[in-house]
Amino acid sequence: MSTGVAEKTQKTVGGIRRKFAPWTDPKAVPLIRYQNVTKRFGSFTAVEDLSLDIYEREFFALLGPSGCGKTTLMRMLAGFEEPTSGRITLAGQDLVGTPPYKRPVNMMFQSYALFPHMSVWDNIAFGLKQDGVAKDATAARVEEMLKLVKLEQFARRKPHQLSGGQRQRVALARSLAKRPKVLLLDEPLGALDKKLREETQFELMDIQMELGMTFLIVTHDQEEAMTVADRIAVMNHGKLVQVAPPAVIYEQPASRYVADFVGDVNLIEGKVESNAGGLVRVHAAAADMSLTIAQDIQAQPGDAAWIAVRPEKVRIDLDPPADRSVNCVSGTIWDIGYLGDLSIYHVELADGSRIKAAKPNLTRMVERPISWDDKVWISWSPDAGVVLTS
Amino acid sequence: MRKGLSLFNLSSLVLGFTFLYLPIVLLVIYSFNASRLVTVWAGFSTEWYWKLLENDQLLDAAWVTLRVAFISATVATVLGTMGAIALTRYGRFPGRMLFSGMIYAPLVMPEVITGLSLLLLFVAVNFDRGFWTITLAHITFTMCFVSVVVQSRLVTFDRSLEEAALDLGCPPLKTFFIITLPIILPAVVSGWMLAFTLSLDDLVIASFTTGPGATTLPMRIYSQVRLGVTPEINAVCTILIAIVTVVVVIASVVTKRQEMERQRAERLAAAG
Amino acid sequence: MARQTRGRWLVIAVPYLWLLALFLVPFFIVFKISLSQDAIAQPPYEPVFDLAAGWEAVRGALEQLNFDNYSYVLSWDNEFLLAYASSLKIAAISTVLLLLVGYPVAYGMARAPKSIRPTLLMLVILPFWTSFLIRVYAWIGILSPEGLLNQLLMALGVIDEPLELLATDTAVYIGIVYSYLPFMILPLYSALEKMDETLLEAAADLGCPPFAAFWKITWPLSLPGVFAGCLLCFIPAVGEFVIPDLLGGSDTLMIGKSLWTEFSVNRSWTVSSAVAVLLLLVLVVPIVFYQNVQTRQMEGR
Repeated sequence: MSTGVAEKTQKTVGGIRRKFAPWTDPKAVPLIRYQNVTKRFGSFTAVEDLSLDIYEREFFALLGPSGCGKTTLMRMLAGFEEPTSGRITLAGQDLVGTPPYKRPVNMMFQSYALFPHMSVWDNIAFGLKQDGVAKDATAARVEEMLKLVKLEQFARRKPHQLSGGQRQRVALARSLAKRPKVLLLDEPLGALDKKLREETQFELMDIQMELGMTFLIVTHDQEEAMTVADRIAVMNHGKLVQVAPPAVIYEQPASRYVADFVGDVNLIEGKVESNAGGLVRVHAAAADMSLTIAQDIQAQPGDAAWIAVRPEKVRIDLDPPADRSVNCVSGTIWDIGYLGDLSIYHVELADGSRIKAAKPNLTRMVERPISWDDKVWISWSPDAGVVLTS
Repeated sequence: MRKGLSLFNLSSLVLGFTFLYLPIVLLVIYSFNASRLVTVWAGFSTEWYWKLLENDQLLDAAWVTLRVAFISATVATVLGTMGAIALTRYGRFPGRMLFSGMIYAPLVMPEVITGLSLLLLFVAVNFDRGFWTITLAHITFTMCFVSVVVQSRLVTFDRSLEEAALDLGCPPLKTFFIITLPIILPAVVSGWMLAFTLSLDDLVIASFTTGPGATTLPMRIYSQVRLGVTPEINAVCTILIAIVTVVVVIASVVTKRQEMERQRAERLAAAG
Repeated sequence: MARQTRGRWLVIAVPYLWLLALFLVPFFIVFKISLSQDAIAQPPYEPVFDLAAGWEAVRGALEQLNFDNYSYVLSWDNEFLLAYASSLKIAAISTVLLLLVGYPVAYGMARAPKSIRPTLLMLVILPFWTSFLIRVYAWIGILSPEGLLNQLLMALGVIDEPLELLATDTAVYIGIVYSYLPFMILPLYSALEKMDETLLEAAADLGCPPFAAFWKITWPLSLPGVFAGCLLCFIPAVGEFVIPDLLGGSDTLMIGKSLWTEFSVNRSWTVSSAVAVLLLLVLVVPIVFYQNVQTRQMEGR
């Protein structure tokens, strides 16, 4: 399948993909619907009255810290857990009560769960055999899957004779072999090292596009979610905190929780002074000054608010900036974190609170012009931060 | 980390293993003694082994023991494996406490109590005592050992393997037979072997629950041992020891070889 | 999960019912018979409950039950109380001896090079697979007056006359320690082997000399194994019958032997049942404790 021509089409598909947004289309029918789903384990509530729609061909990520309910949510779709209340439908069909072995979804497990006593070939053929697929059709599909994950020459090996990355591919091939309506991926790349993980993320995206399937991935790694997913649902304590495409999650987080969980952020507490014409002015207690953010929000003067600014959007200079329209405050360098590509400057303000500013290291200089205890100015434009009210 | 053993560790190992093995080694040596007096060495002889072949009582008892051990170990393995699954997989169920109590208690229960209580049961229900009562009694106490051996394997078993099979469309019962059982098979086999040897070995419970016509080898040995040490008994014991040793050594060599094979394969995989 | 219910219940019910019928119910029968009287009949006790004879007969039989056997067993005129006490004493001393012998061996095994550990483990398990009876029997030949130990000591000139070793409590201790040693070593070894050796390096690094490190680090961490090993040896040792019978003397009192004698020589099923019930009462606390240890180990992993 992956000939040169196919790859070209894929690129075009990739081009279209950017406009892929069925969730904005009111006429689109979701493939998977969670409706008011609650799951309790004894007195512990893992998922609480949660509703979520996922569309066909979507690459959807559930992101959250461990114990937030994301795995339970996925396992309810696979059929390993039954919801305490609520409905889960797949293509209009109610799934509640259907055992896992009769559901048209397949899962790739975090531990890969490769059957240790079967060869790679038998592992991949397992699901097809359960469905009673004819021998030659099974063989053809297994060969196709082996080719897809580039493991043709490993078909006869047992799982323990493979490296971690190869095992991961076998697990993927096995869960894809039955062409499920939805593929569930439970922390699929968690066991791989960083380099391999990044490569595999792109392969996953390619495979998803090539097969035109719906993928639901559970992960606690925000970079992974941002890389692969069309939309991300951030979860906490069994509830959805925000469901949106990666860029929206990062640039317009819905709450302090999302802002803090996804990426690095400076949170400045304050009170709304005025809100008119798309400009919000917030009085920040820490710097004892007014900060301006260009944003349309519902907020009344006097409301508590937090300004969230990502470190890479904060400028740092030794001299006060010429443009006085920007938010600007002075402080001293408290600490510097040198990361190679970036340096993170921790600037202490007059009241002792700290703000982080990230600056790319554009030259090979070892000695940086800004050093410990220097007096510096930090600034960010009105469209760099967001005002959060929760 | 220090390589090798300190003097203290080495000497405790040597003394410990000498203590464990010396009596057995002496017993084996004296089974080849030409003298009937067990304590005086009078030259090498295999006379006592040939005498055994003429001892029909002993051979009969050995045959009864083997049949009891085979049947009881097999049934106990099935029941014990079911019990292990119930305890490790099914979470809470009514009466779970009592169940796990009944699984663990026989491991430490003095044999005289188990033997007496089973005898009184068989009398109460008017069950003819003999071969089958011994077998039932042995199933009961050995299934608990099997259950513990299998349980300790099941708790480390990656349950996502079963979930993966279900997920790929395999119904639960079939999943057990084609995924779970092959993987836990070594534990089930060693459970069976344990049940088999415990049954071979048992004197007290068999003595309580037996009836006319069913005498097991330990019962036969015991009644002769009470009369004193004889080279003939030494010979029987040596044969039993030899059988067990050969089986255990073969089993461990096989597992060791498999383990080495596996490690070699893993190194290969890691290398590319 | 409703769909699996039937298979699930079957898996639970079969072993459950088996154990109820052949493990739990027999205890109640033992208890009932301990309240009956000996009779020259078949079965050799009365009353016999015959449900077919009607309710009146059953009630009549119930009224015949009494605690006479218990007052007999618990009377100072008979040796049972002494036998209980002596069994507990012998089992307790043997357990301490087992720990003293087993701990250094288990420790040595756990600190041995990784490559030979499986072999050592197999060497400990191997005697366990050979017959218990054989292992006890082996000591008769060693301990008897003209036995190998006496021959050796006399040949060395340590003693002039053979020591009376067989048919003494000493022989019972040796027999118990020898037979139960694998049960002590295995839990100790698995506790010690799991221990992270860097803990000791950390202790040394923080200025703790090896012996103190043993008491402050190794010993506390091996306690679960110590408990498991001690219970695994102590409980069956209290009811031990074969070892005192073969190695002990006529004055070696152990309750398992008394029970057996009462049953097979005096042919009193009712008194032996009372002895069994009381023995179980003595052991109920350590057994429950042992079960907790077991359950925690199984479910803690």
